[in-house]
Amino acid sequence: MKLKTAILAGTALAFAGSAAVAKDMTIVSWGGAYQDSQKKAYAEPYMAEHSDINIIWDESSNEAVAKLRAMNEAGNVTWDLVDVVASDAIRLCDEGLAMEIDPASDLAEAPDGTSAAEDFGDLMVSECFIPQIVYSTTFGYRTDVAEWDGKEPDDVCDVFDLEAFPGKRSLEKRPINNMEWALLCDGVAKEDVYDVLETEEGQERAFAKLDTIKDNVVWWSAGAETPQLLADKEVVIGSTYNGRLFSLIEEQDQPVKMLWDAQVFDLDGWIIPAGLPEDRLAMVKDFVMFATDTQRLADQAKYISYGPARKSSAPLVGQHAELGIDMAPHMPTDPANAKNTFLYNYEWWADYRDDIDAKFQAWLAQ
Amino acid sequence: MFCPDPDIKFAEDCLMSDTTAGQVLTTQDGKPLKAALAKALRREKLRALALIAPLLIFVLITFVAPIVDMLFRSVENSIVSETLPNTVVALQDWDQSSGELPDEPVFAALHQDLVVAVEEKTHTRLGSRLNYEQSGTSSLFRKTGRGVRRMDEAAPFKDQFIDVDDDWGDVATWQLLKRYSSPYTAGYFLNSFDAQLTADGIELKPEDERIYMFLFGRTLFLSIVITVSCLLLGYPIAFLLAALPLRTSNLLMILVLLPFWTSLLVRTSAWKVLLQQQGVINDFLVWTGLISDAGRLVMINNQTGTIIAMTHILLPFMILPLYSVMKTISPSYVRAAKSLGANDWTAFWRVYFPQSVPGIGAGAVLVFILSIGYYITPELVGGTSGIFISNRIAYHISSSLNWGLAAALGTLLLVAVLMLFVVYDKIVGIDNVKLG
Repeated sequence: MKLKTAILAGTALAFAGSAAVAKDMTIVSWGGAYQDSQKKAYAEPYMAEHSDINIIWDESSNEAVAKLRAMNEAGNVTWDLVDVVASDAIRLCDEGLAMEIDPASDLAEAPDGTSAAEDFGDLMVSECFIPQIVYSTTFGYRTDVAEWDGKEPDDVCDVFDLEAFPGKRSLEKRPINNMEWALLCDGVAKEDVYDVLETEEGQERAFAKLDTIKDNVVWWSAGAETPQLLADKEVVIGSTYNGRLFSLIEEQDQPVKMLWDAQVFDLDGWIIPAGLPEDRLAMVKDFVMFATDTQRLADQAKYISYGPARKSSAPLVGQHAELGIDMAPHMPTDPANAKNTFLYNYEWWADYRDDIDAKFQAWLAQ
Repeated sequence: MFCPDPDIKFAEDCLMSDTTAGQVLTTQDGKPLKAALAKALRREKLRALALIAPLLIFVLITFVAPIVDMLFRSVENSIVSETLPNTVVALQDWDQSSGELPDEPVFAALHQDLVVAVEEKTHTRLGSRLNYEQSGTSSLFRKTGRGVRRMDEAAPFKDQFIDVDDDWGDVATWQLLKRYSSPYTAGYFLNSFDAQLTADGIELKPEDERIYMFLFGRTLFLSIVITVSCLLLGYPIAFLLAALPLRTSNLLMILVLLPFWTSLLVRTSAWKVLLQQQGVINDFLVWTGLISDAGRLVMINNQTGTIIAMTHILLPFMILPLYSVMKTISPSYVRAAKSLGANDWTAFWRVYFPQSVPGIGAGAVLVFILSIGYYITPELVGGTSGIFISNRIAYHISSSLNWGLAAALGTLLLVAVLMLFVVYDKIVGIDNVKLG
């Protein structure tokens, strides 16, 4: 009886004690290699310095927009910091679900004294968004296709060329990027692509171009699908996020090469949910100040081939932590890869996405 | 107890018949039997109701109420009148078919409303919502929100607004605002029927934008195909399980249930590996020489893939109800039929099969309702020709945040299922769900 009471009392004390000591911070991200790189570059160093804070990861970024809206309506936001792509951040900002950030007071300066706003530059596409990385959607192709007679695609329009490069392709099951590439390869100049795409005729033109390869396309909705299809040789050219292709080529040694032409840059970064109580907000802001400074963004590049969003981080990018190879040539922002790039046109797609998506789905269903 | 009518043998029938002889049956205490029986039945019913009451209340609060709330969003449209109250009132006098812009008082009301909306950061939310109906509204409200702060209160607002963005000088924008002024809208439902609310009334959408009716049709058709294939595969298995001695059938039952314990995504991904053009099945067929290398079967990323994968996943839902009904069929009926001269087929078809129909009904309803709502498997293996309406509902919930349209599509799906359930009841009859 005495022993039992002693054990019970001890457990109760331990719980009470630990509850007073560790504060939890819930961070939402995408899971997989990307979340691992964030854990190693941001969370572990932060927790080492602040032993009273415990970072909990939630892998719900895919559903973040819907879940944040639901949380907001229920009046109970359980997330402290959410990693979303820029277009989601703009939507969240529009819906009032994300907090506005003031770069001057919330973000760290560059080591040489440049203000955060200048260091991030044009990549601050929304008042609520703190960019972390630049990634791109681009193509990978197999190097061992017999039917190609030794030729290799070096231009995005080779994707639409079924005679020189026969075989199946894989494209994303949404209009973004596909419509731009289709128009580009139909002869529209790069600067006019969005003006043309606004019109009915322009959209029909893009669909007509996509129709030429439609029967040979496998449509993907998850980033992991194209690497798997390429590895199985189910498709010979496929689009996906460049980090996935890096992992396929360098870490898994598959006979695949990158096709960087006309890669579309996109941004991935943090938003702070609106309506957080003061104490949690202070905790999150402290973490954000640490996790988005120059060295941290460069550190993330050691684990994954996505470019840091800050200009001052680029010279600090070193080698891969495990493979020991130089990461710079694998960055989408590297000059050798970035000869012909698009930047996802957030404002334009925010306006036209609903309309074109409906048309795209109808076109797919035919 | 004898019934005054000598042709009626059973007490219940006697109670329900007219006792023309004028005699009333009574219990031993002298109370009329009919009343006593009714009272006893009522007591039984109340007791059964009390037993299920906690569960019923729980389900109503945690399940039915939230779903009804969600479905209410399919007609709810208070965002316009809440964000722009004065503008909505001012627009009531404006004639939208006149082809002319509204007057200065409307613009003044708009300015008044937007100043408040920008303070509360609700103007962009309105822009997003109206953008579902007309592209460009999202950036219109975003830009105007930034411009409203700099407007001169003394000068006329009409020109200032048009300066900020040309769309304010376009009659279509104002027609859109007027059309969506009321707190309730049929817009979402019209959208799910591939129609739209325009300035000239209700019109069908242009052909290249019509998808929902087509997807509904495809979902119902494929679900029926999946139900039939589950039935064809599941019936023999359930028959075997019911006929075997208990120990063997328990062992086989574990094999039926084993897929349940594996993750759904793992099972679906396994089908991808099997059915791909470079997958296991195709490689095997090419190796045995049945098909040529160039003529590999396309079994995935199309309807075939969806049907195969969904049948595999929903098979246990068909086998278990069938098994439970077949277990109650006494083998003596079939033996009796055979002893009367029936051959195997006749004995099965005319004696065994009709008794298993309630099981078929239960299994079919379960599989059908589940397969209409599935969206993960069609998303992964369906390609473009095998996706269901539920994929679009999921898209509108997660990505486009058009919850009104998702709710409308969900309501239509619910109504379709309920109608089919009524039909099923008329044809097969729900197994007596009596209280008590």
